Amino acid sequence: MSSIFIQILQAILMVLLAPLAAGFVATVKARLQNRRGAGVLQPWRNIRKLFTKEVVLADHASWIFRFAPYVVFTATVMAASVVPSLLLDTPLSLTADVIALVALLGLARFFLALAGMDIGTAFGGMGASREMTFSALAEPAMLMSVFVLSLSAQSTNLTTMIHHILSTPLLIQPSIAFALVAMLMIAVAETGRIPIDNPTTHLELTMIHEAMLLEYSGRHLALMEWASMVKLLLFATLIIDLFIPWGLSLEADALGIILALIFWILKLALLFIVLATLETSLAKLRMFEVPQYLGTAFVLAFLGMMIHYMLEVQL
Amino acid sequence: MSIAFSQQVINGLAALTLLISFALLAQHRMLSVLHWFAAQGILLAITAAVVAYSTGEHELYISAIMTFLLKGLLLPWMLWRAIRKLHVHREVEPLMNNGMTVVIAVGVTLFSFHIIAPIEVLSDLMTRNSMAIAMACVLLSMLMMITRKKAITQVIGFLAVENSLFFAAIGATNGMPLVVEIGIAFDVLIAALIFGLFFFHINNTFDSMEIDTMNASLIHKDDDE
Repeated sequence: MSSIFIQILQAILMVLLAPLAAGFVATVKARLQNRRGAGVLQPWRNIRKLFTKEVVLADHASWIFRFAPYVVFTATVMAASVVPSLLLDTPLSLTADVIALVALLGLARFFLALAGMDIGTAFGGMGASREMTFSALAEPAMLMSVFVLSLSAQSTNLTTMIHHILSTPLLIQPSIAFALVAMLMIAVAETGRIPIDNPTTHLELTMIHEAMLLEYSGRHLALMEWASMVKLLLFATLIIDLFIPWGLSLEADALGIILALIFWILKLALLFIVLATLETSLAKLRMFEVPQYLGTAFVLAFLGMMIHYMLEVQL
Repeated sequence: MSIAFSQQVINGLAALTLLISFALLAQHRMLSVLHWFAAQGILLAITAAVVAYSTGEHELYISAIMTFLLKGLLLPWMLWRAIRKLHVHREVEPLMNNGMTVVIAVGVTLFSFHIIAPIEVLSDLMTRNSMAIAMACVLLSMLMMITRKKAITQVIGFLAVENSLFFAAIGATNGMPLVVEIGIAFDVLIAALIFGLFFFHINNTFDSMEIDTMNASLIHKDDDE
């Protein structure tokens, strides 16, 4: 099997599995709350239904409003397709740079916020301003926690970093533990889950992501929701890649790829069960406490970086 | 345990100590400050025990046990009792907001790393890496003392300074002589007892544990005289 084929397979899997992942989290959550849940396939059914529905546009919607879903979806999928999930060295692995990844997600977020403000409703503007406030705090924290790992790998390229992690012997590295906790906190915030944002309600004054999507319908809404599901899977895969990369295939042969696929899905399942448990056991934070939450994540990542210098670099 | 492995364990414990120092600074509630303080004591005892095991210095076991009993259990319990009896307000009242304190704390940590880095090279103990962290913890506890309004939180800050100094002693010299350590432990115990008495007297005299209120009523007294 050529590595180009696997690269394409990886990207397609990422996009196709995303609704299943969201459905899985929802189902686990339902089970934890003694409900049956709508099943793992429900997000797929929603997307299919939304694609057949007609698009209702407000009278004064500009081209940005119609354009944004495609930009958001494309940027997110582009970001997701370069993150290695099965094979480590793919043709696109040189572009899998964490800074580029954050920039692509930033582009998606920029258009999402513009679209939120475009119609001029109160909710859209409110959601956009919140999203921008929180992301201004979340992005540096995320970069900082990735930099902890980059420091020992001497690169911000994902593939190089994973190679470095796989080649170093297993040590107790406190700095990486700090980076992991910071990264988990940021991932929860960036993908809009409880305790920062609730992805399942459209009727809360504290909503962030949903507030920006309130005016969307039909295929536009489908793309927007799909993009946010891809983002969830993207963050989960990123955490797996950076902190538990064992199992990724180094060679482009069928057996390795199948094993890597099994490992990937198992690790995803584990991560999502943890997420669902956390979401069930935590209450949503008050809006004004979110900057503090993100600040904590930033301080943890920064401490990880300093501990790396203090303890792990031999002078 | 091999040397490399126990060094890693000690590094991990040192990282946790730094984390606890930050956590002490960032707490809102009085009781959680106390919990973190107790955790710091217990962590310190574990660190001492690990260092004792890996260096073979058996005297450190005794100070580990003393640390656990005194700083992990007795002092937090005494402070908890004082808080309960005096009906201290449950919120910690910092002088600046927490965000600002944490920013200063990060700066302090950087500073102590910068100061200790050249000293660290001189030592060849396996615990030398934790010296910078011990220095940072001392400065962070001092920061806690100067940014809090209430006498009780300032006392916890003082005791945290002592904890960090003990940690520094383990890191820099693998523990002080046992006689010195027992002496210090009793000093701290007596200090805590006296602080406890002071708390009651302060509360009787000023009806408050806040430094500002005490200053204000002292100034009024001067005016009266």
